[in-house]
Amino acid sequence: MTALSILYVVLFYAAIAVLVGGITNKVMQYKRVPAPLKIPVTPAPLTKTGVAWRFITEIVFFNSLFRSTKWTWLFGWIFHVALLLAFFRHLRYVISPDSFLWPIVSLQVVQSFGKYAGFAMVVGLLGLLGRRIFVDRVRYISSPSDYLMLLLIIGIAVSGLMMNYVVRTDIVQLKAFIMGLFLFDWQNLPSDIILLVHLTLVLILSFIFPISKLLHAPGLFFAPTRYQVDNPREVRHLSPWGAEIEAKDGRNA
Amino acid sequence: MADFEIPETHEFPVIPTVMEGVMSHSAPFLAKAEFQEQLGFPGDGELIEGWKETFIAKLGEMLGKYRSLLVFMDICVKCGACTDKCHYFLGTGDAKNMPVARQDLLRKVYRRYFTFAGKYFPKLVGAVDLTEEIIDEMYSYYHQCSECRRCSVFCPYGIDTAEVTMAARDILSHIGKGQKYSNEIIGKVYKIGNNLGLPERALADTLEGLEEEVEEDTGVKVRFPLDEKGADILLVTPSADFFAEPHVDGLIGYAKVFHAAGVSWTVSSKASEAANFGLFIGNYENMRQISLRIRDAAKELGVKRIIFGECGHAWRVAYNFLNTLAGPWDFLDPNYPVPQHILDFTLDCLDRGILNIDKSENDWMTLTFHDSCNVARASRIGSYPGSQFEIPRKVIKAVCNNFYDMAPETIHDATFCCGGGGGLLTDDLIELRIKGALPRMEALKNVIEDKGVTHMAAICAICKSQFTKTLPYYGMTMDQIVSVHQLVSSAIILEGQGDADETDADTEEAA
Repeated sequence: MTALSILYVVLFYAAIAVLVGGITNKVMQYKRVPAPLKIPVTPAPLTKTGVAWRFITEIVFFNSLFRSTKWTWLFGWIFHVALLLAFFRHLRYVISPDSFLWPIVSLQVVQSFGKYAGFAMVVGLLGLLGRRIFVDRVRYISSPSDYLMLLLIIGIAVSGLMMNYVVRTDIVQLKAFIMGLFLFDWQNLPSDIILLVHLTLVLILSFIFPISKLLHAPGLFFAPTRYQVDNPREVRHLSPWGAEIEAKDGRNA
Repeated sequence: MADFEIPETHEFPVIPTVMEGVMSHSAPFLAKAEFQEQLGFPGDGELIEGWKETFIAKLGEMLGKYRSLLVFMDICVKCGACTDKCHYFLGTGDAKNMPVARQDLLRKVYRRYFTFAGKYFPKLVGAVDLTEEIIDEMYSYYHQCSECRRCSVFCPYGIDTAEVTMAARDILSHIGKGQKYSNEIIGKVYKIGNNLGLPERALADTLEGLEEEVEEDTGVKVRFPLDEKGADILLVTPSADFFAEPHVDGLIGYAKVFHAAGVSWTVSSKASEAANFGLFIGNYENMRQISLRIRDAAKELGVKRIIFGECGHAWRVAYNFLNTLAGPWDFLDPNYPVPQHILDFTLDCLDRGILNIDKSENDWMTLTFHDSCNVARASRIGSYPGSQFEIPRKVIKAVCNNFYDMAPETIHDATFCCGGGGGLLTDDLIELRIKGALPRMEALKNVIEDKGVTHMAAICAICKSQFTKTLPYYGMTMDQIVSVHQLVSSAIILEGQGDADETDADTEEAA
């Protein structure tokens, strides 16, 4: 194996460990910390099914953002849908042709939508970057990391597109490398510069995920304003530390 | 009229250009030691010794106690959706009155001391060291938030600046920087029983006076009972209802409805206040102590039900927190919601047809309705989501012939705060209050011009007081704000009332 391949094998395992470990750690923290009071933003659903529906409309359609700012909604929604399509396209690099998923992954529609999604992704990201630069309010609230995050993902999208339209890489060897990671049977990585750029940026993204605002993905499920059921009069809500305070003076007896 | 510029109103809302620091001078008076002490806070307005360590320790403690705070500190992506949603930003243009910028005052400290990125790459992620300047900025701008939650409605993740503001205020209280207005008032509640410091004797006199007044007006003896053991209903209402205009006309309305419905009710001198400023200062323990007065009063008087009068934040605390803080309520009648909103009670009476209403009594007015933020976005009134918007309107339309809503983007859950909520209803913040009222004043002016509206009804003591103050600044008059139950009061015809009315009219004509 080449030294380069060994380096990337190590980096990939490290990235997966950081990504999975980091997000798990954060999610556990979110779960552990209680919500002492009922604070759903109303009108709020009266049942858990209603809450599930509230989340579906937020996650699929970005409802609140749509009500808020049409341009941000448009660019943000395009970007996220494109991300999902690109994700499906990439499954072919990690799924063996024997898998029961292969017939779906290899579908023409999955593959070509995934390909064009790359362009949509860049459009969405450039739109978001444009707002960050040109809208004075958004510019004011932006830190260097906010710009870098967009540039990082634009870099990933553009390098990915380049491999499709400019300099193709040896995808058979790439798949062997990736499958090798899963099977602990390590293979060489093609040393094309654009592929290396693409993968390096993805690795960086994985490393910073659990320590950055990308935590919005798991975190949004833990916003009491959205996940709480509106039933405070029917069901008594009490946190462990609220119960401790009560036990001390016994005034709720 | 004022030593600051009153913002201009427009036909359509205008989003101001971002300006840096134009409201940095605005801050409420600090609480002296006596007002800090009675709430369990240290200091006297100056930073306490070891304030920095205390601040960081307290922030750490709260991150472990409030999931909302922890998650909200992490997940904001700075998308900008909230930036043009706050009435204080729209009214002042100050950059730090954009909700996300307000949150960032605490977030940048959180990042510096509690996150990997902020510890090792502070510049990159906008993390900063905690300094006295930062504390001053927090004290100023966390008292330019009325905890109205409008930003949260528009946030893709439901991030609620109110939660951040409350946490920040609680931390500030713990390093000696408490707010005089709220803390002094909470002290009065502990010592005397209500925000106004109205002692039991004065309260009894006031209620007696109201009985006489109503009898003079209508010829009917409508009771205003105080501390009456064995009454069915305990009425908990903001103390402004006991004397201030237009609040007191609302109280007269509740009394008439109770009278006509034939139920027995009472006010408690122990819990003669619905308001709970513990919410404003973000302090669970104080909010609980204030809530427990209601539990004690209900037990002592042996009531079966609890009904809250017209008040916004009080209703939020009552509806959402009372069960948590002062429950369980298993000693009350399970056939009624605990607590119940007065509008829910009144609408039920109207629906059952037990109130005799003459709508024409309100024909000289054309009404609109201001949704109070805490009722609209932080609670519910009836049995279904959104009933908090419909029930007040149904009641108004049942007692008035002329009603028009303001622009749709300014009502229901998109309603604008009056500008005086969240513990900011104090004269040391008058500039902020006037400027923050802009979006609501603008919407009101437009509906006045388009539809000939003459009066705006509200169901919150803070809104009513705030509008009484702000309306004249915007070229309207203070009596254009009315209580919803004031409208009910005018339209309701009590049994045996007719004659008195006629006599009244005759005398007026004769004079």
